[in-house]
Amino acid sequence: MPNSNHPVSPHLQIYRLPLTALLSITHRITGVILAFGCLLLVWILAAAADSAEAYQAIEPHLGSWYGQVFLLGFIFSLYLHFCNGVRHLFWDVGYGFELEVVDITAKLAIAMAVVLTIATWVVAGVA
Amino acid sequence: MTDLRSPLSRVKGLGSAKDGTSHFWRQRLTSLLMIPLVLWVGFSLAALPVDHATLTGWIQQTWVTVALTLLIIVTFYHAQLGLQVIIEDYVSSHSRRTAILLLSNLACLLLGTIGVVSVLKISFGA
Repeated sequence: MPNSNHPVSPHLQIYRLPLTALLSITHRITGVILAFGCLLLVWILAAAADSAEAYQAIEPHLGSWYGQVFLLGFIFSLYLHFCNGVRHLFWDVGYGFELEVVDITAKLAIAMAVVLTIATWVVAGVA
Repeated sequence: MTDLRSPLSRVKGLGSAKDGTSHFWRQRLTSLLMIPLVLWVGFSLAALPVDHATLTGWIQQTWVTVALTLLIIVTFYHAQLGLQVIIEDYVSSHSRRTAILLLSNLACLLLGTIGVVSVLKISFGA
């Protein structure tokens, strides 16, 4: 293909994805993470509905390091999906398509997700 | 450019999937509903001690029962719609795609039902 001048699609191994493209695939990945995370949350809820004993069997796991990693990962995925989702909603009504704006809102979504995650963690720590 | 669509197809606006914009629209409506609900549930649960009595006591408040039930239904509907798009995009084999879609839809329906029943059971103090 060396002599051809036609445009080729980006080669994923040598092409640095723009932030928006990275957030786009991250939106899907966090969506899947959240779906599986909700499976675990419903499990905990069902245990709480079943009996205090069933819930108390799960409770120590929530406080363990892997439980905390799951909760932190879930909350960050949730807020990243949430903030980027709001960005999508603005696009859907026709705002924010300019390249500079797209880049600013991408960074804003990530920053807001971090802020919301920290805020939730602080509230949980205080309580 | 020549329009290859028939006038009837254009006026129906249903496209090749015979489904129009309904999937897109439902995905947006569920996400709009979840904006206040997710912020509320996230910060409420964070502010709560995690023991059984506190958790069930919180759920038993009437308005919490209502909001939580709504959130669970809307969440799993949103998840079903989102997972469907991802599966349709990445699973190219028709038979495998149909099987995975059925499984995903069934899982969302089942988990949503378990969630709602659990909230109601806690709320009615059974």
